[in-house]
Amino acid sequence: MSDAPYLSLEKLTLAYGDTVAVADLDLGIRKGELIALLGPSGCGKTTTMRAIAGLLPVKSGHVRLDGADITRVPANKRAVGLVFQSYALFPHLSVYENVAFGLKLKGMRGTELDAKVQAGIKSVGLSSFANRKPAELSGGQQQRVALARSMVMEPKVLLLDEPLSNLDARLRLEMRTELQRVQKETGVTMIFVTHDQAEALALADRIVVMKGGAIEQIGSPEDIYSRPVSSFVADFVGFENIFPLEQGRLKTSGGLIELPGQAPSAAGLAWRPRMVTLGSGPFRGTVRGTSFAGDSREYLLDTPFGPIKAEVEASQPAHALGADLSFDLPAEKAAPLARFA
Amino acid sequence: MTARSLFIPLTLLLVLAFLIGPFLIIVAASFSAGETLNFPPQGFSLRWILKVFTVESFRASFGMSLFLAIGGTAAALVLGIPASYALSRYKLPGAEIVRTVVSAPIIVPGIIVGLALLRYIVVPFQVGITAALFLAHTALVLPYAVRVVSASLDNLRSDIEEAAVLLGSSRLGAFFRVVMPNIRGGILSAFILGFVTSFNQVPVSLFLSGPGVRTLPIDMIAYMEIVFDPSVAALSSLLAFLSIGIVFAAERFLGFSRYV
Repeated sequence: MSDAPYLSLEKLTLAYGDTVAVADLDLGIRKGELIALLGPSGCGKTTTMRAIAGLLPVKSGHVRLDGADITRVPANKRAVGLVFQSYALFPHLSVYENVAFGLKLKGMRGTELDAKVQAGIKSVGLSSFANRKPAELSGGQQQRVALARSMVMEPKVLLLDEPLSNLDARLRLEMRTELQRVQKETGVTMIFVTHDQAEALALADRIVVMKGGAIEQIGSPEDIYSRPVSSFVADFVGFENIFPLEQGRLKTSGGLIELPGQAPSAAGLAWRPRMVTLGSGPFRGTVRGTSFAGDSREYLLDTPFGPIKAEVEASQPAHALGADLSFDLPAEKAAPLARFA
Repeated sequence: MTARSLFIPLTLLLVLAFLIGPFLIIVAASFSAGETLNFPPQGFSLRWILKVFTVESFRASFGMSLFLAIGGTAAALVLGIPASYALSRYKLPGAEIVRTVVSAPIIVPGIIVGLALLRYIVVPFQVGITAALFLAHTALVLPYAVRVVSASLDNLRSDIEEAAVLLGSSRLGAFFRVVMPNIRGGILSAFILGFVTSFNQVPVSLFLSGPGVRTLPIDMIAYMEIVFDPSVAALSSLLAFLSIGIVFAAERFLGFSRYV
């Protein structure tokens, strides 16, 4: 096996009319990888996905898949599947006919077609619903039909648009497991688009964080979660105390503050609320807000740094509003940021 | 009951009487046994109802009206479905202008449409009477076709077309495989609305009818100018019940009112 990526985007530029949505994007994806395109709305993740599917013409650059340049290959000849956020099932066709749709277009008929469709429906656990119309199914069932409809086509790449966002918490877990199972069994390369960091962290092998039509960071879920490269990524994955560094000192709304110990060489530092030490340390703050979150308690402190968010085990004694506390932002725990803003 | 609480039911009753009254009078008159169109009818008989079917010109003009209603509406749908599709799926420059122009025959009085067609199209280009009527009826039905088909297209998600394309269909194939089957109700509703509109059309047909070629409503007017017997009332009743039957069936089986 060579190291050449299975799917690669090279200097990809995409635009709606004169508005550039994605500029000079480079991305290589290995065969069988499960990739998340993560970012807020308007970051270009959906645009990129539509370009891979062939639903959006490429302004400049290339899309290569399995050794072939597919930049100008029409969407219906790409062997790329897409599970739409709204599922986009054909309302006039039954579950069976929805799944058979693409296979029939391929010219498949008779027992071969039937066997394949039945297997597809069975694989998503909907055999007893084969004759139902989409309107008679729940959202989760519709999504599984959409998944089966794409997967029976044996696509080279399966794209999923916000696959978990329309599902309730219980179904989310079910679908997450389902997607991982499909990926494991078929080895299909999957790319899904999401604005939900938890979804990306739980599901993906690698996460591509996008911002303003460009890639901000690519890395494993652990990388993204623990080692964000920029304040944008840090903020996106739940670091709530983020400050730029200026000559080794934190630049805060209360002025420049020197941290004890060795000052790291970075553009900024970020702490999750969990990383803040409460009850001891060189700084003092006043409790301005508190909320109980089951196994933990969150505090909002008024400090020389400006507002600081801290989170401690619920088993720790609670602090009342207005309480004056000592705290620390331990530099060794902070995530150093290579880029700020 | 106070006068105040009587006011609304009474008003409703008057409005209903105003709307349905003339129709009831016509129906009653068509069962008359007398020789002239009269109300209240003299006696009861089916003779005028039966006579309608024996009048030669009624049969010819009924055929012409049927041809125009079916052919004109079909032509309007052939033009209107792609137009509606383009208007609803693409952000086209001037789409609003197209929408307005297409709707013009609803807004502009039929008399003016008829006169304009006669003066500037039919006469200068020597268009035959049947062809002229066909063109006019197509144009008259087009706004309804576009409106009703657009409404059902707007209710249909456009991503199913992309889904069909990604499953191997061409764009055109996707239209016929997944769009058409899902707007069938709207198309049928448009057809019925167009059919009824065309069939009952008077002012435009009045200008464009000519020797030997008439639509049924025009023929009825011509007949009444010469003969004043209850057969016109009988024919009107038959047509009214036909329309009611069609609309009722459409509502029952298609949920017609969703689209109109």
